[in-house]
Amino acid sequence: MRFALFHGCNIPARVEQYADATAAVCLRLGIELVEQTAFNCCGYPVRNSDHRAYVLSAAKNLAVAEQSGLDMLVMCKCCYGSLKRAQHFLSQDPELQADINNTLTHENLEYKNKIQVKHLLSVLYHEVGLKRLKEEISKAYSGLQIAVSYGCHALRPSTVTEFDDPVSPKIFDRLVEATGAFSVEWARKLDCCGAPLTGINDQLAMDMAQKKIDSAREAGAQFICTACPYTQLQFDGVQKRMAAQSNNGEPIAPILYPQLLGLSMGIDDKTLGISKNEIDLSNITSFLISE
Amino acid sequence: MFDYLFYTSLVVFLLGLTYKISTWFRRNIGILGNGITTAQRLQSAVSGMAAVIFSARILGILEAVVLDVLLQRRVFKESVSRWLAHMLIFYGFMLLLLMHALESVISEALFSEYYSTVNPFFFLRDFFGAMVLVGVILAVVRRYFVKPRRLRSGGMDHYAITIVAVIMLSGIALLGLKIASHNEFIRMVEDYAGLDDEDEIEALETLWVKEFGTVSPNIEAPFDEELLEAGREVHESSCLDCHASAPYAFTGFATAMLIKPVVLWLDERDGVTVLWYVHIIACFIGLAYLPFSKMFHLFATPISLMTNRVMEPATSRPANVVTRQIIELDACTHCGSCSLNCSAAMVFEAIGNVYILPSEKMTLLKKLAAGKKLAEPQMRAIQEGVYLCTNCDRCTVRCPSGIRLKELWYSVRESLLQEGPPLPHVLSSFSFARGLIVQQTLATDSYADPIDKARQAVSGQFVNLMDPDTPIPLNVQTDSEAHAAVKDRTYVHCFSCQSCTTVCPVVANYDDPEQELGLLPHQIMCSLGLGLSEMAAGAGMIWDCLTCYQCQENCPQQVEVCDVLYRLKNFSVASIEQ
Repeated sequence: MRFALFHGCNIPARVEQYADATAAVCLRLGIELVEQTAFNCCGYPVRNSDHRAYVLSAAKNLAVAEQSGLDMLVMCKCCYGSLKRAQHFLSQDPELQADINNTLTHENLEYKNKIQVKHLLSVLYHEVGLKRLKEEISKAYSGLQIAVSYGCHALRPSTVTEFDDPVSPKIFDRLVEATGAFSVEWARKLDCCGAPLTGINDQLAMDMAQKKIDSAREAGAQFICTACPYTQLQFDGVQKRMAAQSNNGEPIAPILYPQLLGLSMGIDDKTLGISKNEIDLSNITSFLISE
Repeated sequence: MFDYLFYTSLVVFLLGLTYKISTWFRRNIGILGNGITTAQRLQSAVSGMAAVIFSARILGILEAVVLDVLLQRRVFKESVSRWLAHMLIFYGFMLLLLMHALESVISEALFSEYYSTVNPFFFLRDFFGAMVLVGVILAVVRRYFVKPRRLRSGGMDHYAITIVAVIMLSGIALLGLKIASHNEFIRMVEDYAGLDDEDEIEALETLWVKEFGTVSPNIEAPFDEELLEAGREVHESSCLDCHASAPYAFTGFATAMLIKPVVLWLDERDGVTVLWYVHIIACFIGLAYLPFSKMFHLFATPISLMTNRVMEPATSRPANVVTRQIIELDACTHCGSCSLNCSAAMVFEAIGNVYILPSEKMTLLKKLAAGKKLAEPQMRAIQEGVYLCTNCDRCTVRCPSGIRLKELWYSVRESLLQEGPPLPHVLSSFSFARGLIVQQTLATDSYADPIDKARQAVSGQFVNLMDPDTPIPLNVQTDSEAHAAVKDRTYVHCFSCQSCTTVCPVVANYDDPEQELGLLPHQIMCSLGLGLSEMAAGAGMIWDCLTCYQCQENCPQQVEVCDVLYRLKNFSVASIEQ
């Protein structure tokens, strides 16, 4: 299995442990990740400002991946949604595609809609499979309660993103359960983490995060599992700040899925960048039992 | 004359150097330096340096000096050919400066046997010159022929290449003419050979014409064998000890061969003196103008590389960070690495604002730091350019000069937001890093102001939004421009079931959502259906949309609610920019 790895902008600058953990886990699973220095912003941040700039940014990445003949493996849910939506816009509108390709000629690129954009979780679930995943797990968790945060931009609009069932998705739960952890049912599992409004309407963004945190706590979760740098940062840095400003109880530490998986595969916590998360999660290893 | 020119340019250089270094402590950029005096900056710099020198961090400085300054590791990582070009120019020029330009001070002191006409020095001078020339050719090929997209060249880039090229080419041309010049031959014979026998001189001249490129008005082929033999004897006894054969100076010798047809003409007009003036005047211009040109990076870039090796963002004093940032402006060589790797490059390609490209921001920030007042459109452009940045840090990681560009953007962004007009892009995900990091570190008091200002600017002045009790006129003409902006016309299928509003987590967050949001999602779809596009685009709701797509997913009529809101935001941004 070979993919062009799409880092996006947040991961290299602020959540590099996500890339490190993903690389470590993929190495064990025999997934080859190819770096593409020509990748740029997925277009997500410019969607509010300029539609064409958004589609062009996304299309450049798609065209770069096409040139290498590889499907894209995306770690960020917002990048994933943005790229999938752009593919959809382009296939719906031949005029737009021609216009975008006209600009892409200057980059010696052309978008032909030939490759697929896949999220890390989809690749692990559909292509690697739970069976293979379990073979690699050497130290399963026991008694660990995890709240999975699905991530809006992967889940919806479902006809475009084709990630999972938008009403009762399962792949993230199954992936967590494969590690021996228990995936709790919680009311706000499919809700927005608030990150899209961090920096725009911080109060609203924090209200959203708080509702999710309360819901996860109510369901008895000890950690929130994420697979998106925005969600991770929202539950890490932003939650830490929120906890310092209020008395809503101890924060619930977020953990990136490849970190959770990696620990159960016996990969050391330094490789997985466990200490790079802001909210301490070192106690998660106490749930691991050697098999 | 030489002395006069030399000392004038040296004085200008030294004054310029002093002035430029003083600006490092006087100039201000971004929001960090507000309220910090020059005296405080100087004091912080001295104590900061002392703290580094007397600690283990000095090892970091040493590492930076060896790997980054001397071996130019960061350029190497960026591109091997660029590294080669830069190493050739840098080391070739430095060696020429020390061995050739400063020969009376350095070469003669170091080597008791030093004569510029004796090997290995005779050969080495040419070799170093050739190094620089090859480097310059590589640089010219990159900038003017390969021309990577988004590598932009400005006046300073043209100047830097030109001045080095003129110095080198005039030097080589001078040497070539000296080799070929008959005047020069006569002068050398008179000054050094100590010959007064006319026959001996003629024999020597014959040999030089035949073998060493001298062009004589008196002698030409075919040569008399006996005369040549005699000439060789004279050459061996009078010249050889102090003058290596001309072909050792390979660039000069090749030039001599090349200019053969015009040498006599040049000689008559004292071409050697003319070229000598061109060469030294070019050198002196280069010297005098160095502090004000991009060549000043010779001083600023090593400092940038060293300071950035040891300064930790968390512990650095703001005074020192501002000082470093001003030095970084001088350390920028406009090499384009940042822009070639910029993650927002396609945003630049789409909207055409050059200040989205980091290297171009730097050129304008230099002017801004120097106190130049920017015209309104330029101010808007730089403000937008600094904001349309994903804060991915690639520019910093890739910068061969080690400039911490992202930190600079963070700080400059805040001051531009404060001074400039309202910027609608503040209401986009480009603000994520600002909300996550900058809010905590840089702009604590003024953090919300730019957001409020932008909200104000985008909020609709539509009377029905200001006063919800006024009846909505249904006989209005459809505002076509706004209407056309919302391309996905799926809203026509809306039958006002309010599912979108019911599932919207933003609506659910407020006790009185209409008061907070202006219009609710289904009302926006309805307004669009009625042709009230401007009213729809003025609703606060569109900016508070989380883009979670619940509305769109749950719409029984497949109205692309969330995507329609995106289109309305685009329309609103475009209206403000006009």
